[in-house]
Amino acid sequence: MAVSGILLVLFIIVHMAGNLHVFEGREEMNAYAHGLRTLGEPLLPHESILWILRIGLIALAVVHIWSAVVLTRRSLAARPVRYKSKKPAKGESRHAAATMRWGAVVIVLFLAWHLLDLTFRTVNPVKDVPDAYGAVVATFSPERWPVTVFYLLALVALGFHLRHGTWSAVQTIAGPDTKWRKRTQALALAIALVVVVGFAIVPLSVTFGLVK
Amino acid sequence: MKLKLRIWRQSDADAKGGMVAYELDQVSEDASFLEMLDVLNERLISEGEDPVAFDHDCREGICGSCSLVIDGQPHGPQAATTTCQLHMRKFKDGDSIDVEPWRAGAFPVIKDLVVDRSAFDAIIQAGGYISAPTGTAPDAHAAPIPKQDADAAFSAAACIGCGACVAACPNGSGMLFMAAKVAHLGLTPQGQPERHTRVLGMVAAHDQAGFGGCTNTGECSAACPKEIGLDVIGRLNRDFRKAATRAA
Ligand code: HEM
Ligand code: SF4
Ligand code: FES
Repeated sequence: MAVSGILLVLFIIVHMAGNLHVFEGREEMNAYAHGLRTLGEPLLPHESILWILRIGLIALAVVHIWSAVVLTRRSLAARPVRYKSKKPAKGESRHAAATMRWGAVVIVLFLAWHLLDLTFRTVNPVKDVPDAYGAVVATFSPERWPVTVFYLLALVALGFHLRHGTWSAVQTIAGPDTKWRKRTQALALAIALVVVVGFAIVPLSVTFGLVK
Repeated sequence: MKLKLRIWRQSDADAKGGMVAYELDQVSEDASFLEMLDVLNERLISEGEDPVAFDHDCREGICGSCSLVIDGQPHGPQAATTTCQLHMRKFKDGDSIDVEPWRAGAFPVIKDLVVDRSAFDAIIQAGGYISAPTGTAPDAHAAPIPKQDADAAFSAAACIGCGACVAACPNGSGMLFMAAKVAHLGLTPQGQPERHTRVLGMVAAHDQAGFGGCTNTGECSAACPKEIGLDVIGRLNRDFRKAATRAA
């Protein structure tokens, strides 16, 4: 759970930063997308590095989801009879129990849509794969506002997921003392905010005509 | 003060059980929560009914016997306080109060509010012994321990094994209890020889007993009457990682 999670956090940061190429214009953004596909060429075949990365990501996602299912099933078995009266959570990660599992479902649904939209272009008006910029602008066009709203909602889920997930993974792997735990929690919050803002700024810029 | 109580009644381990409502009048604000239940039980006995079974022993917050989930909170609404040290002045006249047992598969209900916490004993036993010589008490200065370590070990040793951490955990995990023991023994020189076998054994016994896995929500620490911090869980994770890689 923790190791796959940390690696996915690194991916999400790189992905978020990569998306910001959209502000450099069509040419630069498409060159970046092209660059991902031609990494290692001519030494290595077309898209080989990209596919190695994709397979790595899929493996991480599988490990991450599989561990989550195992943990969730253990939790359910560990409390066969539920409490009649509920209390508001008051732990250090009080939002975690409420947001991690449901949030993950939202993120998975989002991911399915997202791949069909921007990777396979099945539900995207721009089928021309090299035109990543055009696809982003088309999918977030103001008429398609529900797409943008869904994106932003998924980002909120992702933000909460990262806010707990990042420090929780560090707690499991490194086991910091109190001082470093507090620092890790602050870092996790910062990462979550940067990632959410960094991702959200792209569709919002398209909606408000800053990127067209 | 007058109270509306709803208490979990279950005649034995196999019975279905359910919440039963009781009204209690003229409760003193100075009574402890358990004394309030004593008053209710005296009434029930005089009416020929079965009194409510609940665990208690020292009634001074040090033995870990008392339990009770009060309005959804293990040991009730007051932070860093066991149920026996909780007083009725924390409640208001006319309050409705729900009282339930610890809920965990590893802590089956024996009767009413009493649960079987021997799964904790299994974890302690799996931790094994420490290689300390027996006989007359050694000189206090014979084994020098840095002050910080002694203080940290003592804070961890404050765990009374009540199980509120498990009751509060959304995953039903016994991590905080186990980690308190690992930290307490692992911080002192006496605990070093078995440090790695201890953590591996305890974690295996914990999982075997059917406790859930820790996801670091921190509910345990917020409910703990002895304010055991999440740093002990960090320490357990560190020790476990070292022990597991060494064993592999
Ligand atoms: C506004 C937010 C986002 C935008 C504009 C965006 C954009 C893109 C684009 C253009 C691609 C296709 C890249 C290519 O095929 O060259 C892509 C792929 C991908 N995105 Fe996003 N993305 C966003 C948010 C997210 C989020 C929140 C996640 C994580 C949960 C995510 C996970 C992925 C994954 C797993 C891929 C597939 C990578 C691959 O094709 O190898 N994206 N994204
Ligand atoms: S860690 Fe705290 S809540 Fe858990 S058993 Fe020990 S004293 Fe009770
Ligand atoms: S009865 Fe001993 S701690 Fe409450």
